[in-house]
Amino acid sequence: MEIQALHYIILSAILFGIGLIGIFINRKNLIVLLMAIELLLLSVNINFVTFSSYSNNLHGQVFVFFILTVAAAEAAIGLALLVILFRKTRKIEADDLTILKG
Amino acid sequence: MDISIASMLFYIFSGLLCISALQVILAKNPVHAVLFLILCFAASSALFIIQGAEFLGLMLILVYVGAVMVLFLFVVMMLDIKHMLAIKRTALQYMFLLFTIGGILIAQIIYILFKSNLATPSHLSSLHNVNVLSSNIESGINYTNQISNTKALGKLIFTEYLFAFEIVGFILLVAIIIAVTLTLRTRKDNKAIDVSSQININAKDRVILVDSKISKISKISNTPNITTSH
Repeated sequence: MEIQALHYIILSAILFGIGLIGIFINRKNLIVLLMAIELLLLSVNINFVTFSSYSNNLHGQVFVFFILTVAAAEAAIGLALLVILFRKTRKIEADDLTILKG
Repeated sequence: MDISIASMLFYIFSGLLCISALQVILAKNPVHAVLFLILCFAASSALFIIQGAEFLGLMLILVYVGAVMVLFLFVVMMLDIKHMLAIKRTALQYMFLLFTIGGILIAQIIYILFKSNLATPSHLSSLHNVNVLSSNIESGINYTNQISNTKALGKLIFTEYLFAFEIVGFILLVAIIIAVTLTLRTRKDNKAIDVSSQININAKDRVILVDSKISKISKISNTPNITTSH
């Protein structure tokens, strides 16, 4: 059975769903939350590469390149924020982020 | 068996990807979650290579597994794992509800995909005949078959997307600066010298000439003894 674009897109949809469920399950643990966001971005990348390769058009792969760099920057800044949060409160639970009352 | 090697590899790696993604969100120990996320990226880079995007597949391993995931691992190990293990998970009944809702979501997406004309395989291959932005899209088409993927991608990035590429480099620079300035802290026993305060000092503030016997003696011998007060 030939693998078509549909297979990859279904895989990407499943991965997106898993990432979304992960955000809801681990909503207290900030570090696993970041990892779930990485999963969501990965599923978007799979979609981009699939459409790019099955329609013989390289523009999609350029955008995967851009998404990867932005995701790397986002991970670096998020982890830096987590580190200073941990230094301040000794915890990394989302429920403890009640410094801003509003 | 009419299963080709490519489709067999697709099923192996996509199964690996789904299982490891599930482990990422279900693992109790965050270190295990990071390791399964590395497995996720490795599997998806294999999928990229199967699809012919070799450069992106290799970059996913080099940049993501090599740099970003190691950063994750460092931070997770630096933080208090014992405390993170104690974070209460979502209760089991809610977990069941969540997985039901997530399953419904995925099923909806797949249903829509099957109803769409993506399910007919001829549609995608004729996609490049439908030119939405005709001149812009056509420039990316003819690359794919003649030269290697990396070369074609490089040609596209350094010609059409040059400005966007520069902006991406600038975003990375900003990310470096933000990450460093956020986490930098000066230790109390730090003996490094503040350069600006050192330049802005006057000799009068630093040196006090005290009149004493020894200074008188040294004045005679023409070498002024300087007592510094800090």
